[in-house]
Amino acid sequence: MKLTGAQALIKSLEMEGTEVMFGLPGGAILPVYDPLIDSSIRHILVRHEQGAGHMAEGFAHATGRPGVAMVTSGPAATNIVTALCDAYMDSVPIVVITGQVPYAVIGSDAFQEADTVGITMPVTKHNWLVTDPQDIPRYVREAFHVATTGRPGPVLVDVPKDIANQMMDWYWPEAVDLPGYKPNVKGHPKQIKDAARLWGEAHRPVIYAGGGILKARASAALKELAEATGTPVVTTLMARGSFPDDHPQCLGMPGMHGNYTAVTSMQKSDLLIALGSRFDDRVTGKVDAFAPGAKVIHVDIDPAELGKVRRPDVPIVGDCRLVIEELIKAVRADQQKRDWPELTAWWTQLREWQERHPLYYEQPEDGPLKPQYCIDMLRENSPDDTIVVSGVGQHQMWSSQRWKFNHPNTWINSGGLGTMGFAVPASIGAKVGKPDRMVWAIDGDGCFQMTAQELVTAAAERIPVKVAILNNAYLGMVRQWQELFYEERYSEVYLSPDLPDYAKWAEAMGCVGFKVETPDDVIPTIEKANEIDDRPVVVDFQVDYREKVYPMVPAGGSNDDIILDPAHDKSVGR
Amino acid sequence: MANAAQHHILSVLVENKFGVLSRVAGLFSRRGYNIFSLAVSPTEDERLSRMTIVVDAESAPLEQVTKQLNKVIPVIKITELTPDDAVERELMLATVKAGAETRSQVTDLAAIFEAKIVDVGYEAMTLLVAGTPDKLDAITDLLDPFGIVESQRTGRIALPKLARERTKLRAVKDRGA
Repeated sequence: MKLTGAQALIKSLEMEGTEVMFGLPGGAILPVYDPLIDSSIRHILVRHEQGAGHMAEGFAHATGRPGVAMVTSGPAATNIVTALCDAYMDSVPIVVITGQVPYAVIGSDAFQEADTVGITMPVTKHNWLVTDPQDIPRYVREAFHVATTGRPGPVLVDVPKDIANQMMDWYWPEAVDLPGYKPNVKGHPKQIKDAARLWGEAHRPVIYAGGGILKARASAALKELAEATGTPVVTTLMARGSFPDDHPQCLGMPGMHGNYTAVTSMQKSDLLIALGSRFDDRVTGKVDAFAPGAKVIHVDIDPAELGKVRRPDVPIVGDCRLVIEELIKAVRADQQKRDWPELTAWWTQLREWQERHPLYYEQPEDGPLKPQYCIDMLRENSPDDTIVVSGVGQHQMWSSQRWKFNHPNTWINSGGLGTMGFAVPASIGAKVGKPDRMVWAIDGDGCFQMTAQELVTAAAERIPVKVAILNNAYLGMVRQWQELFYEERYSEVYLSPDLPDYAKWAEAMGCVGFKVETPDDVIPTIEKANEIDDRPVVVDFQVDYREKVYPMVPAGGSNDDIILDPAHDKSVGR
Repeated sequence: MANAAQHHILSVLVENKFGVLSRVAGLFSRRGYNIFSLAVSPTEDERLSRMTIVVDAESAPLEQVTKQLNKVIPVIKITELTPDDAVERELMLATVKAGAETRSQVTDLAAIFEAKIVDVGYEAMTLLVAGTPDKLDAITDLLDPFGIVESQRTGRIALPKLARERTKLRAVKDRGA
């Protein structure tokens, strides 16, 4: 069967099970958009290529399947770089197809030419420049394979226009042959045994669960492992929901804005069981002062993570789910042989910390609206399996702190890269992937303004996402740092509460817009918003700009120096 | 050249494909690893190339360098070659001031180091020297007083030493222990 390169590309995407793709056409990708008309693939026309990338990410986060985006050459390719980098940092499997100027003129500074493969090399797991249409099925197959296996990540296939127009003989490769890519998924049995032995000696163990749990679909296994050992679990920003917040062993989020108990449990621990986590600086604080008394078991599919920041006592390379399943067996076998230490004293200590230093805020009855209150009310008035998507900043930390994530893949945010503007497009991608679930983007006013135009996409495509803007009229997290660390010298952080008028803006984009100014108005508006299911909704919550995110470990500081909210710190005056 | 003890030689087998050098070099720069020298060439198998990279081990732990390098998809195999179990060679071209009075002294030196004289001018000559990096350092030192106008070194290439029966006598007590 003879096909054009373009037809082969679309057919290859179909062969990989692509049901939906996010994109925007242009000159160099024109040939590929033509056969798309006849394809079963649903295409969602975005308003900016960055949006296409974040939508693909949101789709991947929510479904666990690779998100696909397609854009043209030059500026379109550079616009999607942020999303690629975001996906690279958070190990999100996305496949991006870019158009390229004809192969014959590459290197001549042609119209809309950019060295896409060169530009995206540092932010993709791998990328391909197609130089022969005959390679297209193989490259697409390889691209999906690389994106979804091992440590997942973004990949890119760059398709020159003339290559897309040339004819090729269709085939579909049954297997992928990449001699330099053989991820090791099965943990070493001896290491697993050693891990169980070490665990059986620990008096203050903590499971430090990271995003790898979700990527490996290891939530059920993690629960079994935690219960088999009675060990407390902290879930990092990327792992919220991987272990249910309503589980008695869940301590919540550690890190710079983690709760006191989660942070301190790691500091005082004598054994950290790091599962799919990477000792990120936002978790460890000052590395030298991080969990000084703890031995470390570190499980990760990426061998380079083991020992990158902290040298593990027992390193285990492998897929989190497979390793955890083996670890459960090894733990049970070890428990048969000897008595593991009672963790009663440890749990007593943890419960005391939880009692003494809970997350705290106060909503005055007729006072200014508190952002935490808005999140709590959203949570209480939305289904338990609601997917929550956030951008980056204060609203992100409050959402992660206050929401109760009881199901995997219900929390989607930009962790590693910290990409403002992530929430709106990512929530659209999540809703496309999980149309039966309620999807709330909780966004900041600064973030919202970066990618809000994608709500036009959502309205046009009938993708009924909901957006809560915690509008404090500031770049809030920056303001918080300027207040605490720059002597309240506020430099370029004020945004205005009503410029733009968010509700009107939302209406103009085909959404329903609400504005909430008083605590009384919060629940009725959320109820109204939750009833709308035929178009997107935007709620502008006008919140108290003075509210800060606590607890906080100052950047580069030791986790021992965690700062509690001075207004609510129950330990003050003790 | 800096102290050899801080160096590691990585022999990296890669797929002979578009952009591989860029992927490897890019990895080094963005992770903050320093390269002392780099030599790339096709191998006996045309689908593969071999990169011999001399890494500054001060800039990053070697383990991280090799682990990160392993993640580059076209990288097939990485072998660390320690000077003890590797044969290493490097090539140098050096143009040295050599007028009528000093020409014979320079040619003497060239003979001692088995260097070839590949070009001769009125006031200078160009030598080609092959050998271990130490040997190149030595001749450079000795040529220096004459005045080195220009020189270029290829960076080292290396292959593992071949396993051979040891000819050394062993202590009797080891036998049958």
